[in-house]
Amino acid sequence: MDIKQDFPILNNRKITYLDSGATTQKPKQVLDAIKKYYENYNANPHRGAYFLSIEATEEYENTRTKIAKFINARNREEIIFSKNATESLNLIAYSYGMDNLKSGDEVVLSIMEHHSNLVPWQKVTKATGSTLRYMYMNDEFEISDEEIESKITDKTKVVGITHVSNVLGTINNIEKIIKIAHKKGAIVIVDCSQSIPHMRIDVQKMDADFIVFSGHKMLSPLGIGILYGKKEILNKMNPFLMGGDMIEYVYEQDTTFAPLPNKFEAGTQNVEGVIGLGAAIDYIESIGYDKIQEIEEELIDYARQELSKLDYLTLYMTPNRENHNGVISFNIKGVHPHDVASILDSEGVCVRSGNHCAQPLMRFLGIDSTCRASFYIYNTKEDVDNLVKGLNKAYNMFEKYIVK
Amino acid sequence: MDDLEQAYNELIMEHGMNSYNKKKLDHADFCELGHNPNCGDEISLELKLNGNIIEDMAFTGHGCAISQASTSIMIDTLKGKTLEEAKEIIKTFIEMIKRETKTEEELEKLEDAIAFKNVSNMPARVKCALLAWHTLEDMINKGEESGKIKSDCCH
Ligand SMILES: Cc1ncc(COP(=O)(O)O)c(C=O)c1O
Ligand SMILES: [Zn+2]
Repeated sequence: MDIKQDFPILNNRKITYLDSGATTQKPKQVLDAIKKYYENYNANPHRGAYFLSIEATEEYENTRTKIAKFINARNREEIIFSKNATESLNLIAYSYGMDNLKSGDEVVLSIMEHHSNLVPWQKVTKATGSTLRYMYMNDEFEISDEEIESKITDKTKVVGITHVSNVLGTINNIEKIIKIAHKKGAIVIVDCSQSIPHMRIDVQKMDADFIVFSGHKMLSPLGIGILYGKKEILNKMNPFLMGGDMIEYVYEQDTTFAPLPNKFEAGTQNVEGVIGLGAAIDYIESIGYDKIQEIEEELIDYARQELSKLDYLTLYMTPNRENHNGVISFNIKGVHPHDVASILDSEGVCVRSGNHCAQPLMRFLGIDSTCRASFYIYNTKEDVDNLVKGLNKAYNMFEKYIVK
Repeated sequence: MDDLEQAYNELIMEHGMNSYNKKKLDHADFCELGHNPNCGDEISLELKLNGNIIEDMAFTGHGCAISQASTSIMIDTLKGKTLEEAKEIIKTFIEMIKRETKTEEELEKLEDAIAFKNVSNMPARVKCALLAWHTLEDMINKGEESGKIKSDCCH
């Protein structure tokens, strides 16, 4: 199976793309689906009585059903379309957090949350007088069972946890977190942005109250995200954004709102994004998560092995292979990651450098940035070799200047 | 690749990795913080004036080699210059990095700072190279606005 062949950009540009954690490249199947939509079905869904608009609505709503099946949601109305994971998380923070938290309550996050699952909770806890607490990690870059048990208490009302860290690649023990949180009467939000591209998510088995993810990290176009929430909870929540499509009756002073899912989908939606996400899911299913995991396991095994050989590197990853996925953060000791990224760039190797929207995590690690290589199904061992080659070049350039 | 090796030439590497200008001044007149939130470069720039002349400058902070070298080389270039001369050199440096063309002759007044010319071909690093220069520009502007710096207006 030559997966790279399906990705035009990887054939058009001579690059080693190792930044899929930021956004993945798109297969031609997704690009074609979007083109086909505009050439055959485009109209404003939900708004026209004519056939074309009804077809557009169908395409849009069928994708909702497809996504519900994909993550095994019980009801299709539990799938809400948003702009990205960030918007989904803000929706939860405002529509759930603002109305349900009060003084004395606690929101518990992990120290490895992306800013999008952290900054909104600062705002909400401040506004409601509740308290924000963190689960910290151990020196294996993992959150221990003891930490989970000590932070999630009777006071906890909301737990926010990233399934896979976008910096460390740590797979968090969400089964344990969800079990304990539910025992204490808290709801749990799982940020699946970095997990759903790589592993099957079954929301019923997981039993999270909310999950969020962005399409663009799983082969879809930019600008489409998903919020899944349990129907009982979503039904009780107030709308987030107000406007067209999310209403039932509008009077001069008052409005009644549409039922789920439209209640949370104000304004003309990103239908092209929805169609693209549907095609991305078809693509992922056509390869199959088993195969995806097989490809990535081999790739990450190899990357861990080759990078571990470079003793000038500091690696920020768990020693426990089974708890690691997707991304590897590293630094050349004594060299700033921005310089390393520029040198890798000169070799056509695209990695991200910076704080990865996780400044509290960086501060906890005592650093201000890292380089991060992230992998997806189109990457090969040759890409890892190119990374190593680029790193050796960077090290050679800096070696004699590094202050030991 | 040429650009890269030019951008990381020996002068820049030496200043960027281990600079003698990285220290605190005993009696600084002005201090200004500069940072690039995106790549985390942070500098604290100190300036000591003698009348209208830059008597001494130093910096502390951390960041990539380009930002640190640019700060250090700026200090070497501007020490001993009048504020008016410094402002002119800052302007020229910014224009060089932003590729607003300058003649070789004008670029000569940048002295060692001309070493950063190739950074103009690395858009991702432009901010790193400009950090110190913008920080000093801010410092001078603020000093002038507050009346603490009196530049001669005799030109
Ligand atoms: C773990 C995690 N959560 C949330 C986000 C935010 O995604 P987006 O910027 O698409 O909203 C990202 C991506 O940067 C991420 O890696
Ligand atoms: Zn920099």
